[in-house]
Amino acid sequence: MIGEDPTPSSAFGVEAIAMTMRFGAFTALDNVELKVRPGSFHALLGENGAGKSTLVKCIMGYYRPTEGDVLIAERERAISNPRDAHALGLGMVYQHFTLVPAMTVAENLVLARDDVPAVVNWAKEKQALEAFLSHMPFRVPLDAKVSDISAGERQKCEILKQLYLKRRFLILDEPTSVLTPGEADEVLGMLRKMVEAGELTILMITHKFREVMAFADEVTVLRRGKLAGRGKVSELTPDDMARMMIGAEQLTVQPARTGETGTIRLEVDRLVARDDAGGLAVHDLSLTVRAGEIVGIAGVSGNGQRQLVEVLAGQREAESGTIRVSGEAYSANREEMRRHKMSLLPEEPLKNACVGGMSVADNIALREFDRAPFARGGWWLNRSAFRQDATAKIDRYKIKTRTPDTPIAALSGGNVQRAVLARELGHDVEVLIAANPCFGLDFAAVAQIHAEIMAARNRGAAVLLVSEDLDELLELSDRLVVMFHGQLTYETRAGEADLTEIGRHMAGH
Amino acid sequence: MADGNIGLWTVPLAVLGGAIRVSTPFLFVSLGECITERAGRINLGLEGTLVMGAMSAYGISYLTGSPWLGVLAAGLTGALLGALHAGICSLPRVNDVAVGISLMLFGTGLAFFLGKPLIEPTAARLPAIDFGWWSDVPQVRAALRINVLFLLGVVLAPILFWAFKTTRWGLLIRTAGESADAARAMGHSVLMIRLRATMAGGFLAGIGGSFLSLFYPGSWNEGLSSGQGITAVALVIFARWDPMLCLWASLAFGGAAALGPALQSVGVTSGYHLFNAAPYILTLLIMIITCSPKRTLSGAPAELSITR
Repeated sequence: MIGEDPTPSSAFGVEAIAMTMRFGAFTALDNVELKVRPGSFHALLGENGAGKSTLVKCIMGYYRPTEGDVLIAERERAISNPRDAHALGLGMVYQHFTLVPAMTVAENLVLARDDVPAVVNWAKEKQALEAFLSHMPFRVPLDAKVSDISAGERQKCEILKQLYLKRRFLILDEPTSVLTPGEADEVLGMLRKMVEAGELTILMITHKFREVMAFADEVTVLRRGKLAGRGKVSELTPDDMARMMIGAEQLTVQPARTGETGTIRLEVDRLVARDDAGGLAVHDLSLTVRAGEIVGIAGVSGNGQRQLVEVLAGQREAESGTIRVSGEAYSANREEMRRHKMSLLPEEPLKNACVGGMSVADNIALREFDRAPFARGGWWLNRSAFRQDATAKIDRYKIKTRTPDTPIAALSGGNVQRAVLARELGHDVEVLIAANPCFGLDFAAVAQIHAEIMAARNRGAAVLLVSEDLDELLELSDRLVVMFHGQLTYETRAGEADLTEIGRHMAGH
Repeated sequence: MADGNIGLWTVPLAVLGGAIRVSTPFLFVSLGECITERAGRINLGLEGTLVMGAMSAYGISYLTGSPWLGVLAAGLTGALLGALHAGICSLPRVNDVAVGISLMLFGTGLAFFLGKPLIEPTAARLPAIDFGWWSDVPQVRAALRINVLFLLGVVLAPILFWAFKTTRWGLLIRTAGESADAARAMGHSVLMIRLRATMAGGFLAGIGGSFLSLFYPGSWNEGLSSGQGITAVALVIFARWDPMLCLWASLAFGGAAALGPALQSVGVTSGYHLFNAAPYILTLLIMIITCSPKRTLSGAPAELSITR
């Protein structure tokens, strides 16, 4: 902005040349090249574990690459820590928010500066912030606590923070994962305008083809640590990019939707539940799910979905309201879950559905471990039955583990979820509750999980699917409801769903 | 009235005087722990720091004849113990609560060991300011003989309150305590921030200890602290990590601790030991009232190992 500023005042390009990063025997990046031209909007595509994060962390100085160089504005630069990168005008917006929730927006912005004054004159700082915001395409409430503003506003704050710090090259790590489609378009659209005005260069990590097609100029695709392809977005189709990402791997084919909807299996009536802070999270929520039906709950994260699932899973006490399963009162104890053939795929399966230090075999047997054939008389465990059952399921669900005795925490996210899938869907299912079952998983795992959920529905299970991924909901659901501030605010048949309409309700309008 | 016979008025007056006198160590330890906990660490070792502070203050005051050098020595000893706590906690897979408990035992044990020769001699004591000169009732004058350290503590509470809001150090401490990831993403060293916060906390706790040996009760012996250090840690939770509330809570605890002796002085002797237990009963009650399995504490720094 000002000529004497040490950071460049307009957009500049960044190149990574022959980047290789090894962690011990594991090669996370293998001779990867990335070229982001000045004043462009560049997308970095790849599956989980493809090396996208490792690559940008090498550029930002979090990791020192085993080999390779970083060129900033065509000059080779040694970046040994994030401060060096910041000084060169590079900024990063992380997938997880780096704002401090208990502080106000203004405090967060001032705090991020390298030169926070020893004593902060808040009146003066607020004036300066207001002046800065008046030039910005979006506004945020300066005096609000970050914990009180919506996910969309937080993401705007993160981006504003980078602009406030005069960063001219922004790396965005899956910036829209917590936004509604409308908010995502708004934020990316404004950034796109700044790129076109030559003020900014953007490198965006994403897996959403829609956003790549709509906003990016160029794309680089990584697969298993290697460069899998790159090019101008205008010359590529989503199919081309998907092929680059997945390679020759065969994906599980999802079975077609068949069968009739049956009787009511799961019935939630005026459920009220509080969150950990004591606030109202689920507010008078009523809902029914019938046999042979998938009901999808859409919503921006933090609108009470987690608490709803926790109540259904027995992890949280409801304040009031009733839950009935197949017409009987349900209080989420083990006996009822067994009787009603309830299955659960909670979010963060390693934390919510597994005991990390126990073996894969033990985790697969968790629901039935004290029954025949796993135990005699309810207490004498038969280890060979554990192993036999686990070996069969590992094979059937393609769980990649060295042995059935490996601790489950040592498995990748996709394989942990496959093991939970084996336990929860390996037998008859009447009610299935799934929460973000594919979050952070690769294509192969996602395809397999979607196929299993659809198969369970076709066999007559009542499925409640809570997800932050609208594409997943539209693909699987028969019926779609939107959850906002603990209440269901909108319902539609998935076949007739209108993305803008759903997005509006997700944002509470 | 000049004969000092003021009847039952003795009790509230003694509680007030006690509140001021007994609360000082609570105040310093809780303000110190407040700084440490706002940075995301719990230092349970402050009981040991308090006793070490009391011992070193007494020793230095005895050797140099200056109680203020004693106070300084107590603070430095506390900062050193704080650095030890933070240093051990910065190693991977170390739990701050466990380290705190071992340092509590280490601190008291070391103080008793080093302090053996100090039980006999008399050290120079801290001066007090007479705020009761206007009254000729001896009880009023006794209650209003206020130590300078108490006044310092009273001033320190609002300063800390202000500092958490408006200084760079305050913001950094809060960031480290609320979101270590955010602090790291901004390029700050969370371990360094916590080291300094724990040292500052230890410094204040040490000063709290010097009050015990140099003013009230004003001697060095092994029964000097009756768990004030550990009570003050609980008090920070009660005060919701707010320095101003720490001040009021310290006064309440001090008053509760003075209840037993005050009642005894007017002749209520039955249940003397029960009344002496008032601060501990208060601690238990507060814990029961403020804790619930269904929600986390409001105001608690998110990085604290008890809230995570």
